[in-house]
Amino acid sequence: MQAIAQLEDFRESTRAWLEENCPPSMRTPMVDAEVVWGGRNATFANPESKIWLERMAEKGWTTPTWPTEYGGGGLNKEESIILAQEMARINARQPLNSFGISMLGPVLLESGTHEQKMEHIPKIVRGEIRWCQGYSEPGSGSDLASLNTKAIPDGDDYVINGSKVWTSYADKADWIFCLVRTDSEVPKHAGISFILFDMATPGVTTKPIQLISGMSPFCETFFDDVRAKASNLVGGLNNGWAIAKRLLQHERTMISGFGLTGSQADKGGTTSTMDSVERAAMHYRGDTDKISDPALRDQIAQFKIDSAAFAMTSQRSVEESKQGQGPNATSSMLKNYGCELNKRRYELLLSALGSQALGWEGEGFEGDELAVTREWLRSKANSIEGGTSEVQLNVIAKRVLGLPDMLSLVQK
Amino acid sequence: MSLVLNEDQQLLKDSAKAFVDQNAPVSVLRRLRDSKDERGYDQALWNQMLELGWAGMAIPEAFGGFEFGYGGLGVVLEESGRTLVSSPLIASVLLGGTAINVLGSDAQKGELLPAVASGELLLALAIDERPHHNPTRLETTAKKEGDGYVLNGCKTFVLDGHIAHKLVVVARTSGGQDDEAGISVFLVDAQASGVSINRSQMVDTRNSAMLSLNDVRVGADALLGGEGEAYAGLTRVLDIGRIGVAAEMLGSMQQAFEITLDYLKQREQFGVLIGSFQGLQHRAAEMYSEIELCKSAVRGALSALDDAQKTDKEIAILASIAKAKLSEVATLVSNEAVQMHGGIGMTDEYDIGFYMKRARVASAFLGDALFHRERYATLNGF
Repeated sequence: MQAIAQLEDFRESTRAWLEENCPPSMRTPMVDAEVVWGGRNATFANPESKIWLERMAEKGWTTPTWPTEYGGGGLNKEESIILAQEMARINARQPLNSFGISMLGPVLLESGTHEQKMEHIPKIVRGEIRWCQGYSEPGSGSDLASLNTKAIPDGDDYVINGSKVWTSYADKADWIFCLVRTDSEVPKHAGISFILFDMATPGVTTKPIQLISGMSPFCETFFDDVRAKASNLVGGLNNGWAIAKRLLQHERTMISGFGLTGSQADKGGTTSTMDSVERAAMHYRGDTDKISDPALRDQIAQFKIDSAAFAMTSQRSVEESKQGQGPNATSSMLKNYGCELNKRRYELLLSALGSQALGWEGEGFEGDELAVTREWLRSKANSIEGGTSEVQLNVIAKRVLGLPDMLSLVQK
Repeated sequence: MSLVLNEDQQLLKDSAKAFVDQNAPVSVLRRLRDSKDERGYDQALWNQMLELGWAGMAIPEAFGGFEFGYGGLGVVLEESGRTLVSSPLIASVLLGGTAINVLGSDAQKGELLPAVASGELLLALAIDERPHHNPTRLETTAKKEGDGYVLNGCKTFVLDGHIAHKLVVVARTSGGQDDEAGISVFLVDAQASGVSINRSQMVDTRNSAMLSLNDVRVGADALLGGEGEAYAGLTRVLDIGRIGVAAEMLGSMQQAFEITLDYLKQREQFGVLIGSFQGLQHRAAEMYSEIELCKSAVRGALSALDDAQKTDKEIAILASIAKAKLSEVATLVSNEAVQMHGGIGMTDEYDIGFYMKRARVASAFLGDALFHRERYATLNGF
């Protein structure tokens, strides 16, 4: 623990620096079109986003707790909390959003060599390289460890052949962190490696997948004799499954935030009708003092009660991990519950809006109504991506409740 | 507002757990039932609980208590719920003591609270009149006569009614059905002329009674709080009761879940442990998740009770979140517990049925899940 006076000095200097360096438009709520993902082809819909990114990256504050040696902010836990508080105080936006920060960086810092960190971490911090995740394959979804994309050693390289699917933003990414099979003779978990390579390498092609929501955030990705440097294999040969599981924990922590955001945003009486299910239900029925349909009213109350209890559980989980009594298996429970809550929220919004939530495009529907339709469709993926709800329940049953594992019996 | 126990609360919880395991297994409740015990609780056990200070936990020091807060009473209730302890803790301490603490004058508190904390005085709250909890719909009346009041009416679901020395009776002194104004609270001696109390045999083997008041005369000093102005205070009392009962339910559901989990890990069919079946695993994992939410709802509500900054409305919302959620999940967990035990779950010899019976009574008490979801919606303006 640092002396309180030192922390207060830090707070004061941070506040002053933010005051001077955070551009005015970066102190307004984030809009989807202005989220900064970085990368070689980064675009900045708002020029002040670029200034803000450069200034924050210069201080390493895009990744406040990462070591300064690799370009991070080098802040300790207390200081990073102060930075977050001071940013929240002026409603400062996150300068950079990336899978490099939320997924790859943490495992690279844990398991990468010094050379790997030197090569990749600073570019993540500065938003120069945009990463994508090569995990799922057409034949390997929930049973991820059965993956079949092969990497064969050849001189200083590996030669990679196979394909990935559900690669988020592969068409926009510069590099990929990828699970590949490096040994087919051993049990499936023991022959997987975690390797990094440039998406501009000859032999890499991507094809966007159109989803039920009409959006195409995911791609199919094909590797045809792609050469990746052996020096970019992370965590040792055939040790990729351990790295992959660690990374999935980071991913689940991120996704469980969705439920929290949904329930926190759902406060009632805020700016948009859609922010609050109960306001929407009243608005579209023409109700004034209460929701006239008692069944819907009960369902919405139940949803809001669950959301409130879920938000308290997330808070409790943070408090417990601070006290060091946190069973970290709760990340599966929070991910699962958060996703299911978000799906419930959209189903209730659909009930609330009636046929106004069933438009696809064009006249007769407001923009925020059409957005509800698309987001409702999008929400169905919440309980599939990052491990389906069923897989999360398996994890809880096995790791938290200590129930015997039928699957391992079957596979033996 | 903290959602984890502080060090003192954790120590109290550990010692309460050890005490309950040692002295108050479910077999105590079974014995009370089978012997048709007149009092419905074990006097020696209650004496030990009194010695541990459980009855004075939330009572101020100035009035003979330990001022350990509702957080303290909550963990004791939770642990006593684990083995379905039948005692005057809920009726006399959580509800009766709280009614005096919230509504009473300093003189009433000085006279009565030390006796509640020591166990000399047993109280019971008489509020419900119909099969569904509804605190404003009262037909019991209190008419001013001379310098006192005359009470008439009938009450049901009065916990510990037949063993109480004094009854805390909710009655209407003015106003129409469903009005909040005009509600008053009286302290009525169980021996007073015109009071008749009949014990009801409930499915959970815990004490309950029907009360009828026939021209019962009380003095003006029997009023707890102002005439016709008790509703706000009464609501706080009920909310504290709801949160305390939710804490007890939390203990019971965790125990029922753990018993079931143990069973899944030892019962074999088709040559394997039934706990290896995904059809049961997923349901167990869902129950685990719901119980985690229940823990947070109870801890959040208890810590709000000990936070002087919280408004009545904030407490009311947290109480309804806790009681709605706990009532829903207690039903789920106890049903699943019986189902997952299969045939043995249907036998009286096995304890799990006791948990299902208690879960239903506790769920209905002071408002079930439907009542509290409706209340939550109203409090939030929809």
